[in-house]
Amino acid sequence: MSALLCPEASPAQRSLLRVLTCGSVDDGKSTLIGRLLFDTHSVPDDQIITLAHDSKKYGTTGADMDFALLVDGLEAEREQGITIDVAYRFMGTKARKFIIADTPGHEQYTRNMVTGASGATLAILLVDARKGLQVQTRRHAFICALLGIKHIVLAVNKIDLMGYSQSVFETITSEFAAFSSRFNYQSVVAIPLSARFGDNVATSSAAMPWYQGPTLLAHLEAVETAADLAQLPFRMAVQWVNRPNLDFRGFSGTVGSGFVRPGDKVTVAGSGVTARVARIVSYDGDLPEAIAGDAITLVLDTEIDASRGDVLAAPADLPEVSEQFAADIVWMSDVPMLPGRSYLFRVGTRTVAGTITKLKYQTDVNSFEHIASNSLALNEIATVNISLSAAVAFDPYDANKRTGAFIMIDRVNNATLAAGMIRFGLRRSTNVHRQVLTVDKAARTALNGHKPAILWFTGLSGSGKSTIANIVEAKLHAAGAHTYMLDGDNVRHGLNRDLGFTDTDRVENIRRVAEVAKLFADAGLIVLVSFISPFRAERQMARELAGPGQFFEVFVDTPIDICRQRDPKGLYKKADAGQIANFTGITSPYEPPEAPEFHVLTAQNTPEQTAQVIIAGLGGLFAGPDAGA
Amino acid sequence: MYGQTCLWNNQAGFAIDVAFDHMRAVNTMTNLPLRHRSHLHQLEAESIEIIREVAAEFRNPVMLYSIGKDSAVMLHLAIKAFYPSKPPFPLLHIDTTWKFQEMIKFRDATAKRLGLELLVHTNEEARAAGINPFDHGASNYTNIMKTEALKQALNKFGFDAAFGGARRDEEKSRAKERIFSFRTSNHGWDPKVQRPELWRLFNTRIAPGESIRVFPLSNWTEADIWQYIAQESIPIVPLYYAALRPVVERRGQFIMVDDTRFKFLPGEAVQQRLVRFRTLGCYPLTAAVESDADTLDKIIDEMLAARTSERSGRLIDHDESGAMEKKKREGYF
Repeated sequence: MSALLCPEASPAQRSLLRVLTCGSVDDGKSTLIGRLLFDTHSVPDDQIITLAHDSKKYGTTGADMDFALLVDGLEAEREQGITIDVAYRFMGTKARKFIIADTPGHEQYTRNMVTGASGATLAILLVDARKGLQVQTRRHAFICALLGIKHIVLAVNKIDLMGYSQSVFETITSEFAAFSSRFNYQSVVAIPLSARFGDNVATSSAAMPWYQGPTLLAHLEAVETAADLAQLPFRMAVQWVNRPNLDFRGFSGTVGSGFVRPGDKVTVAGSGVTARVARIVSYDGDLPEAIAGDAITLVLDTEIDASRGDVLAAPADLPEVSEQFAADIVWMSDVPMLPGRSYLFRVGTRTVAGTITKLKYQTDVNSFEHIASNSLALNEIATVNISLSAAVAFDPYDANKRTGAFIMIDRVNNATLAAGMIRFGLRRSTNVHRQVLTVDKAARTALNGHKPAILWFTGLSGSGKSTIANIVEAKLHAAGAHTYMLDGDNVRHGLNRDLGFTDTDRVENIRRVAEVAKLFADAGLIVLVSFISPFRAERQMARELAGPGQFFEVFVDTPIDICRQRDPKGLYKKADAGQIANFTGITSPYEPPEAPEFHVLTAQNTPEQTAQVIIAGLGGLFAGPDAGA
Repeated sequence: MYGQTCLWNNQAGFAIDVAFDHMRAVNTMTNLPLRHRSHLHQLEAESIEIIREVAAEFRNPVMLYSIGKDSAVMLHLAIKAFYPSKPPFPLLHIDTTWKFQEMIKFRDATAKRLGLELLVHTNEEARAAGINPFDHGASNYTNIMKTEALKQALNKFGFDAAFGGARRDEEKSRAKERIFSFRTSNHGWDPKVQRPELWRLFNTRIAPGESIRVFPLSNWTEADIWQYIAQESIPIVPLYYAALRPVVERRGQFIMVDDTRFKFLPGEAVQQRLVRFRTLGCYPLTAAVESDADTLDKIIDEMLAARTSERSGRLIDHDESGAMEKKKREGYF
């Protein structure tokens, strides 16, 4: 038996604490982390030798070791002297293993801090003793609260430069206590320290006899943070259905909260189907119990219909199930958030499409003021209403981080766009039920003699969309088809007269038109939509709304110089003169389709020829007796 | 609330007893379970969640199996993640043809023992051209026989997700690596397009041709790996244990003479030394350390006392500062 495996150091009994560090290079954040790693002997000798070498080359501490260099990462950052991403550091003591998320402090890196905060249980807020509380301290405290971090260490650094002054420390801590009382922290501990010289980091400082509290490391080792997810109601999002053979069907997933034992009842949130847990199967044998955080496989006593995305929950205390909820989001993309645009939302193990239906207000991260806004840029934080295309199971984030969090994903390039915290469900969605209609689309199709369709003409102003669409409609009409034309200008005189030309309004404009086109298609018509519709995401939304096989995107591809020459409405002249803001192709972007059903090059074909090609391509709408299928 | 008894006196399967002890411990006053889970238990659960996520979300995943201790742990976690099913993906070994013979033997025995599909790929054109670690430089050779070979294999089989055993504590530039690391259609890694990873809500969506490298051991340290190997009694290649082995001393390091292809420099002679390996790779590029650690306990003692990082035994990392980051951009794992 190894001496190292005796009780205090035994690996099976060390706990794990995930820590976020907030602050900037100027506050000495990297130095503090480097110091912690150094003092806990988490840095191997060969890296110390490299550090001594690097300190001479890049260091800012003269002859001393520059601990900040221990935690630098990518080359570019080293050259710039700042940290611009989330880096994860590891250190261990006999009591605990620590995973430290090291994030930058400046406002332009709010998204990085939010990323680090999402996984952390405790946050170290760094303050430079010379400067006291800064705007960024308020911001960091706010973000920690927003992401539900309950344990805060206020690390008052560089106290050596203030003569180890007790009054400096106390002024800062009482100021912090005053403004942070609005946040729902469970513990706040303030520690005066010097990262550079190590005072109160791992060892008590002889220079500050007035400070009786723990060192930073002692506090990190002792703080009781067991979040007690285990004491919340049982939740497990099904990740994977385990079916090695016909005799075994297990639901694999990580227990999000609560605990479960054989014999317990579990309910599929949403469907309400309930079964009993027969076994908790594991490689090491069946388990008598599993708690929050355990990755398990449940076998139930009856066959129930559940699959990836479903949430198994305690029947006595079920999560909410709704398509609509209010949430706070942090926007993480350079491309702005637009209400009405279709995004993907991942909640638990389910991913569904949805939109922000209302941007209630934006919150200034520095002043905490609420600001009216109609879009969000990178790092902006807002309270919004969200409507999804399907109901999901969730709990409010404050009650359960695991089931109340979501991310937003770009439908076109798959980028992660936002972090979201669900605040409460919007109950009204549960009262609006869809009517089941007895005369359906198939019946109308049979009567009409052709299938419905949406022909979506997109292209720059003056590209010839309406001209071509008009000829196509005339030909369809002549062939006996029931048609209707939705023209951009005409719709803006009526249904959409309240909308302007900002990106936000353009998105809403297209959303309404897509919904109307869908209704007309349901009515059995071939709908021709002629709209600039500059954004891929909205055209994708219209396509999905229409359903498979019913949407035909016609890209009327005319070079902007030709559009400008034609300028049938005199708009380019005005736009070039600066009289029209947000003009597509000039001051507002046009995103060309990547895979349109019809790609029309107007420079090479007459509108009549183009219309012929489109009509020929629509032959399937009139095909055969199964036209209604 | 922490366990009071030291159960390590029981040599066989010791740590599992302890884990179970905690699972059964219930506070009889409230009927609530005790909350304590060891850090290894939590790391294991996190890794299993990641591995399952890949199986559920990707069309054609593969597990890169490099035969070393990290691969051994990753494979063990995969077995646990899907039990009683087998992992729903094959193993892939990029064989440079310069691995230690014992590694190859161990690889084949492991795949057979677990009944898993093992794919082996070698950059055949480069092999035919005689590319070897003695004549072509460590960096150049590694790029051709490992990085290029890996890209070839990923393209050949059309894998859209590949597990790797890399850890964030291995090297500074790895500290910022994502768990789900996004690669372009030519396998490039661009720090600018890496996605933020929030909570455990991984964004696994990719366009056709793109792929993701997944690192389930991201949050493990070398110490965690060894302690978990001990706890779970995971088999490892015998080269990790000290034994008398034929080595030559070259630039202050011991290089093992594993077969007849070894190219001696003038004045070099084979000597028998009691050595072991902290990390395994191509034998001409992997330095042995003098050690008498011939049991797992001794290895853990030595590792916890050692003050050098394991990668110091990998000759390819010493080329230049920032070497690892350059290799990553080019598609190295």
